[in-house]
Amino acid sequence: MVSLARPKVSATHLVRVRQKALACNNAIMSRTATAVPPPILGETVFAARGVTKTYHMGEVDVHALRGIDMELFAGEFVVLLGPSGSGKSTLLNILGGLDVPSAGSVHYRDKELTNFDDAGLTQYRRNHVGFVFQFYNLIPSLTARENVALITDIAKNPMDPAEALALVDMTHRLDHFPAQLSGGEQQRVAIARAVAKRPDVLLCDEPTGALDVHTGILVLDAIQKINSELGTTTAVITHNAVIAEMADRVISMSDGRIHGVQVNKTKRTASELEW
Amino acid sequence: MLTSLDRKLVRDLTQRLGQVTMIALVVSAGVATFINSRTMLFSLENTRAAFYERHNFAHVFATLKRAPDALAERLAEIPGVQRLETRIVEAVNLDVPGLDQPAVGQIISLPVNRRPLVNQIYLRRGRWLAPGRSDEVLVIEKFVQENKLDLGDKVTAIINGRRKDLQIVGVVLSPEFVFQMKPGDMVPDAKHFGVFWMDHEALSMAFDMEGAFNHAAATLMRGASEADVIQRFDQLIDPYGGTGAYGRRDQLSHLLLESDIQGLRSTGLIAPTIFLGVAAFLLNVVLARLLSLQRDQIAALKAFGYSNFAIGWHYLKFVLLIVIVGSILGSFMGARLGYIFTEMIARVYQYPELLIQVRPSVIASAVSVAGGASILGALGAVVRAVRVPPAEAMRPEPPSSYGPTILERLGFGRFLPAVARMVLRHLERRPVKTSVSILAIGLSIGIVVVGNFIEDAIDFVLHTQFHRVQQYDMAVTSVEPLSTDVAYELANMPGVMQAQPMRTVSTRIRSGHRTRRVGLTGLPTGGDLQRLIDHHGSVYPMPPGGLVVSRKLADVLRIEVGDVLRVEVLEDKRPVLELPVVSLLDDVQGLNAYISLDELNRAMMQGPRASGVLLTVDPAKRTEVYHALKQIPKLAGVTVKDNAIESFKNTLAKNLGEMKKINLFFAIVIAVGVVYNGAQISLSERSRELATLRVIGFTRGEISAILLGELGTMTLIAIPFGIIMGYWFSAFLALFMDQEVFRFPLIIERSTFGMAVSVVLAASVVSGLIVRRELDHLDLIAVLKSRE
Repeated sequence: MVSLARPKVSATHLVRVRQKALACNNAIMSRTATAVPPPILGETVFAARGVTKTYHMGEVDVHALRGIDMELFAGEFVVLLGPSGSGKSTLLNILGGLDVPSAGSVHYRDKELTNFDDAGLTQYRRNHVGFVFQFYNLIPSLTARENVALITDIAKNPMDPAEALALVDMTHRLDHFPAQLSGGEQQRVAIARAVAKRPDVLLCDEPTGALDVHTGILVLDAIQKINSELGTTTAVITHNAVIAEMADRVISMSDGRIHGVQVNKTKRTASELEW
Repeated sequence: MLTSLDRKLVRDLTQRLGQVTMIALVVSAGVATFINSRTMLFSLENTRAAFYERHNFAHVFATLKRAPDALAERLAEIPGVQRLETRIVEAVNLDVPGLDQPAVGQIISLPVNRRPLVNQIYLRRGRWLAPGRSDEVLVIEKFVQENKLDLGDKVTAIINGRRKDLQIVGVVLSPEFVFQMKPGDMVPDAKHFGVFWMDHEALSMAFDMEGAFNHAAATLMRGASEADVIQRFDQLIDPYGGTGAYGRRDQLSHLLLESDIQGLRSTGLIAPTIFLGVAAFLLNVVLARLLSLQRDQIAALKAFGYSNFAIGWHYLKFVLLIVIVGSILGSFMGARLGYIFTEMIARVYQYPELLIQVRPSVIASAVSVAGGASILGALGAVVRAVRVPPAEAMRPEPPSSYGPTILERLGFGRFLPAVARMVLRHLERRPVKTSVSILAIGLSIGIVVVGNFIEDAIDFVLHTQFHRVQQYDMAVTSVEPLSTDVAYELANMPGVMQAQPMRTVSTRIRSGHRTRRVGLTGLPTGGDLQRLIDHHGSVYPMPPGGLVVSRKLADVLRIEVGDVLRVEVLEDKRPVLELPVVSLLDDVQGLNAYISLDELNRAMMQGPRASGVLLTVDPAKRTEVYHALKQIPKLAGVTVKDNAIESFKNTLAKNLGEMKKINLFFAIVIAVGVVYNGAQISLSERSRELATLRVIGFTRGEISAILLGELGTMTLIAIPFGIIMGYWFSAFLALFMDQEVFRFPLIIERSTFGMAVSVVLAASVVSGLIVRRELDHLDLIAVLKSRE
């Protein structure tokens, strides 16, 4: 793979880099999958170069990431697909500013995330990233509306909590506490909480992992709606290959490496999915 | 051999070392205060009982003017009397080498060639009196110590108007003077009040009491009625100027010892109860949390075939280990404190030896009470946890249910930021736990308040007594009532600025069937040197027209202002008076009654007489006045106000200071124990929540606000409660100490509240900060992957 890492990369430069990279990826894909033309994409939001991550678990070193080069482009819907232990969560955590790589660099637009300290990363998460977790992680002592308000209280240009909840079809349960909501409903509140700040990226880690098919599809539908209506760059982690059919691009991972990027010619809507 | 389950236990304990240590400390405080208080009580009781027993301390005492020795036989024949001794007791003025101020003493006669039958003395050093030597005395130990005297030294006494040198040949102790205090004093002042024993013959000659006695004391047979004996005594001594026989409970030294012991008996278990209650509560919450964290482990153990009992026992062992550690620590602390405190309290007593013994039975009961309370605290949580069927326990606990708080239901919700709602809802969801936590934090405030209250009250008492009531510098008392001219003579002495006569007679005051022995004091109407104080704290001079009595005396006799009392004077012509009560006195010591001096003298059918004179003295000429007073015959005693204040500072104030430190320490243990554990549990319960907030962009400061907000809210709510509790504790203590001997006014300085609140706030802040540091190590990633 061509090394394109630079210490400082301008946005316009990144667009060019992106095109090269895409071409490169397509070349690889052409060997593994059917080549498809790339969809119309915006500027580069993330650019990772040579990212490795090694955890020291006692006496053993665990290599979670073994040299990742990738981009996320504005407005796209990406699925990171892979079995458990493939490194996809580690990658997402690094992109989301929850973790730092052992080596390599990560750029968020024109800033190098790897240079941020803890306070800088906190501000980055606060202002730019929306997280959705497998286990919802709602605050049990706050109602749906208040869980969302928790974010809108501290964000720079938030939407109204009710508006965010309307996006995920939760208008009828604004004043319910988490204990009074089903898993799917809780996850939709979590999505509303993630998007209420109008984040630049929405990062979802196995958002349907704890849900049955039916509610899972409702949740994916909500995520897809956010992506298409708000244009929020969205990355979803899953080990469920069916979900990949919703994506603009599918990045497949195993053993800490990206072993394939697939551009979907036609995306399917969440309601069309079945597993 | 440790089983695997035991290994798990050890690891569970070490993982929570901070919390476990705090709880063990609270347990140890409970065990220590229990052992300390019981050890003090039993040691003081035993020491006293042994001393009384070995030295035949009398049960009944009688003072009279002068009775022939023949009366002794008749007294001894009173049914119920076991042993009787008659003797001569006289008050003398002393001139002690090295002591500028006048001192007074009591000289007691000792039978020649035999030991007295009752109230035997203990010879600490030196030798007994040689027969026939009229210049030898045995002297009570404290007086010798305080004045740095030694065997062979001489003290000059003014005996019957003549100066006489007395040589100290022995240093002694007496069951009658374990607490050596001059009647009428507020604090013991052993330096200026000595007790001497002298050959009976020599003393009777010196006081012209040959063939006569003026004091009798008797021990009673087992089962004899004290009241009957006293009544018969009175019948026999009345014609000889008897001032009424009395039992031990009116004997000054015994009375003071008893009031100390009674205090320990009644209030001694309050502190241990508080500590063990708090410990039980802490064990309950910590264990409940542990069990909820280990819900799946319990399920797994059950699935493997462990019985409910085995699992329950496993968790109870967790509690018992903490109790054992706390008990061992507490036992050592308690035993040590028991020694220190008993010795400290006994500093004012005089015993041949202190029989301090930490009884194994006391330790055993302390430990079993601690164990019992802790198991009670833990049992509920354990039973709840092991009862859950394994399949259900394998599933995660359902999310906690929350609802709007009462504030929000009342419509104040919109004023609350989200963080405040989280904190309040969390607190309201577990009302019992929250209330007990608040109560416990409040308790620690209360403990500090009550510890300082005693000091505040004593400061107030001293200030009132020495600066507002007593306007004199010295009180001079005479052996016999003298003409009030004495006051004028004294007033003309160089250095004396003001002099005011007074007179005290012993009386028995009756209202219906209730009766008390009271010294009735006559003060000149409008006299300014000794003033009276009412319950508003305002002072006023003696009014005319009747009696002013202690509020406590009015309580005891169940009378009010306006009621008429029957006052039986026990001196001279023994008139019986009917006098109205014109005002009540909020004094702090003893039962007192005052009347105008003129009325008293009229009632006694005598001209102007005084038994004492109050003086104010030019500070520059004090020594001259002291010197002059020493030369005046017929003066029974001089009390110098400054000596009393100084003596107080050297004894009681020291003890109070020590106790205050211990109180403070224990209050901090409780406050830190409760707040630290609360914070730890909060952190454990909410780590996932807090980590989520961190992930979605909250700063460390912001999530700390949530965690510490909870503690802060509880602490803030606890403050007013703590202040109220402190006030009520103090009121309760004041009520308890509202005795005939001594009373505490309910005075709590604002600074006391301020200090209590600051101590507890500081303890909370420190505990909060310790836990806050752990927030920095929250694993943000683990929380995303885990379910609770």
